[in-house]
Amino acid sequence: MPTTFVLNGKSTTLDVDPTMPVLWALRESAGLTGTKFGCGMALCGACTVQLEGRPIRSCVTPIASVAGKQVTTIEGLQSAPAKAVQAAWVKLQVPQCGYCQSGQIMSATALLENNAAPTDADIDGAMSGNICRCATYGRIRAAIHDAAQAIKS
Amino acid sequence: MSSPDPIDESMGAAAPSTRRAFLKAAGSATAIALTIGFEWAGPARRAMAAQAAPAFAPNAFVRIGSDNSVTVIAKHLEMGQGSYTGIATVLSDELDADWSLVRVESAPADAKRYANLAFGTMQGTGGSSAMANSWMQLRDAGAKARAMLLSAASAQWHVPVEQLNARDSVVYHPDGKTQATFGALVARAASLPVPDKVALKDAKNFKLIGRAQLPRVDVPAKCDGTAQFTLDFSQPGMLVALIRRSPRFGGKVKSFDASAATAIPGVVKVVQVPSGIAVVASGFWAAKQGREALKIEWDDSVAETRSSEAMMAEYRQLAEKPAASARKDGDAGKALTGAARRISASFEFPYLAHAPMEPLDAVVKLTAKSCEIWAGDQFQTVDQMNAAHTAGLDPQQVSIHTLYAGGSFGRRANPGSDYIVEAVSVAKAFGADGTPIKLQWTREDDIHGGLYRPMYFHKLEAGLNASNELIAWRNVIVGQSIVAGTPFAAFIKDGIDATSVEGAATIAYDIPNIDVELATTKTGVPVLWWRVVGSSHTTFAVEAFIDEVAHAAAQDPYEFRRKLLAKEPRMKRVLELAAEKAGWSSGPMPAGKGRGIAVGEAFKTFVAQVAEVTVDESGQVRVDRVVCAVDCGTPINPDVITAQMEGGIGFGLGAVLYGAITLKDGLVEQDNFNSFRVLRMNEMPKVEVHIVPSTEAPTGVGEPGVAPLGPAVANAIFAATGKRIHVLPFPKTEAT
Repeated sequence: MPTTFVLNGKSTTLDVDPTMPVLWALRESAGLTGTKFGCGMALCGACTVQLEGRPIRSCVTPIASVAGKQVTTIEGLQSAPAKAVQAAWVKLQVPQCGYCQSGQIMSATALLENNAAPTDADIDGAMSGNICRCATYGRIRAAIHDAAQAIKS
Repeated sequence: MSSPDPIDESMGAAAPSTRRAFLKAAGSATAIALTIGFEWAGPARRAMAAQAAPAFAPNAFVRIGSDNSVTVIAKHLEMGQGSYTGIATVLSDELDADWSLVRVESAPADAKRYANLAFGTMQGTGGSSAMANSWMQLRDAGAKARAMLLSAASAQWHVPVEQLNARDSVVYHPDGKTQATFGALVARAASLPVPDKVALKDAKNFKLIGRAQLPRVDVPAKCDGTAQFTLDFSQPGMLVALIRRSPRFGGKVKSFDASAATAIPGVVKVVQVPSGIAVVASGFWAAKQGREALKIEWDDSVAETRSSEAMMAEYRQLAEKPAASARKDGDAGKALTGAARRISASFEFPYLAHAPMEPLDAVVKLTAKSCEIWAGDQFQTVDQMNAAHTAGLDPQQVSIHTLYAGGSFGRRANPGSDYIVEAVSVAKAFGADGTPIKLQWTREDDIHGGLYRPMYFHKLEAGLNASNELIAWRNVIVGQSIVAGTPFAAFIKDGIDATSVEGAATIAYDIPNIDVELATTKTGVPVLWWRVVGSSHTTFAVEAFIDEVAHAAAQDPYEFRRKLLAKEPRMKRVLELAAEKAGWSSGPMPAGKGRGIAVGEAFKTFVAQVAEVTVDESGQVRVDRVVCAVDCGTPINPDVITAQMEGGIGFGLGAVLYGAITLKDGLVEQDNFNSFRVLRMNEMPKVEVHIVPSTEAPTGVGEPGVAPLGPAVANAIFAATGKRIHVLPFPKTEAT
């Protein structure tokens, strides 16, 4: 049964198994490969996308459950916080292998969209579900603070 | 970043067949290129050039387009360590290129042109060797290209070449007015002979090498989702395969029933391959559902059925028996017998999975005559040979497109090419009909999949004389060999696998009597190098134990080490720098806090770290800060060096806090990131990195930062609590 939802601002219908996780529907059916597969069990955050503005793990979210809702992926980031996050990621040279960074950026964007001035504890709370095996955590933290400053000024 | 297509394919078979024809055609081409490489000359190589890429040499490292673009061809995998940026920096500096115009693309699999000079004749990445082996080769390639561009300008302007200068991809005439971009000079430059020898820059004239803020070439694409990993690579008609493997190492398929699997919509075919049963489907989800529906009976008659605890019990026994000598200075046995005081300890290290964020994957397109592979390939030559053997082809019929790897930490560099061979095996069993097939591992496949850092047991003894001087050191190491039974077995000499003892047999401390022995064990668990290889356990054992010895000698652990490093100036220097920057001598820390130090050398890079920890009343440990000093010779990109130290510290910390693969009755007890825990954001300490200025040849930074972290933290925990850690990972009650 096809599922219709709003993908990066555009109404989209994907004719896939309704139990298929959003991750694979995005990647293999919608052709958006920025969202990554890391664990398949909502343990690592590499697959993070926004559902109605909230970060979710797309690897465990059935496509049928997003019917009629707004899904935003790394390819569809438009908000000022999102742009500030991406700019800070480049400025502070956050990525190493880069594989987890789409998910990191999606989580960081959601944090800043809801909290313009996150503390370190806020960052721990919002970002500890996103694993980075290259351990770029220090730069991620600095980049979130940098993006928060950029939005403020 | 362009797509990482190999140079000779981007030139295309349609390229004109002679240099003259090429240059003629180039006038109207949108982008023409000057190609130059190391070891250009030689009739045989010229002949190859004519076949593969007309008018241009095959062993090429740089291509300059008439559009002024500079494309550097990287022979090393970019897996996060910054190799693309480092390679481009070295070449572009000698070329005097404008950094903003530099792009990097991946070299094809071709050991004749792209061998890792540290590996001999084999193309591949590992051992933190990318910069060390490329340094002179790429400087030479860049300098020769620059010399030819200057010669072209000289001919064009009738000005002696000595009077010309180049800066940021522009050649300047001495008149102060005339100038030409590299792009405007490539056609003429390509017609000139390649100089045999050119002078390289004096280090003081480096513009890119050593620059504090030189951005990585791969960062923008890794911040907007466009960087292409193997997971993202697709071909028309591509299918996705998942393999169900034996739950025990060495288990074989006795029988299987695929009827339920083939009934799943999207499942195309179920095939048997040497490592198990593969479900080939239209996409991941169908393949996964199909795999879950497989019914397989396993034959465990030759499988490993022991528990890791039983293996460790055997290792403890072996440490009491004579073993092969890896180093013998003086007579440690006699010195220990005569010592005023003897100290002893043992250390236990678990199996560790690499768990790169991108689960292993490879795309294979196999026909009767060719095998094309797309992967985050780390051992191109080995993978080419193993793929050829599996497919029944010649290695020359196997082409490899190396894509970005989502981490590796050693996992993708394996002598058996396990996941590449699996992908080829699936394509072969599918019919070798040219259907592109992506083999995808899941996280569980990765955690269960073996090729772990081996489990090791270390027994250490030290002797102090009446003046509390360290006079004897004995270290017995027990564990599996990484290279035994592989094409790399030649690295085993006199019963010693150097990868088992590096960091222990090479102990830098000045001790008159040293005895290092190795007992090599055999188990059914496949093992592999893991970030920083032997030093992932040896540096822990040496640095945690020397701390115990210093304590027994009632000396400051930093000063105790420092005195023993009088003959090791580079190691001593990083130790002093880390201690100084960390405020080692600033006095004791408050109750519940501790400071620990450790130093190590790996792949000729020296790293010292001071860790500061807080241990609360319940015994929970938090690492607050790590100060790191590194000497990696000439710093090529300081920010990449800093990033690798930061990353090595986080990677190493996760391992000592949580990392362990354990077996019960041969079954791996961990499955995913819930049971194989790694470091997370809230656990990352503040890290400060200090780089020793140096004009020595550059050495690697991808791995060495991992080695001293564990013992520095363990020693800090001792300083805070008086408790030593002898079994890794740290006791769970002591970690947050």
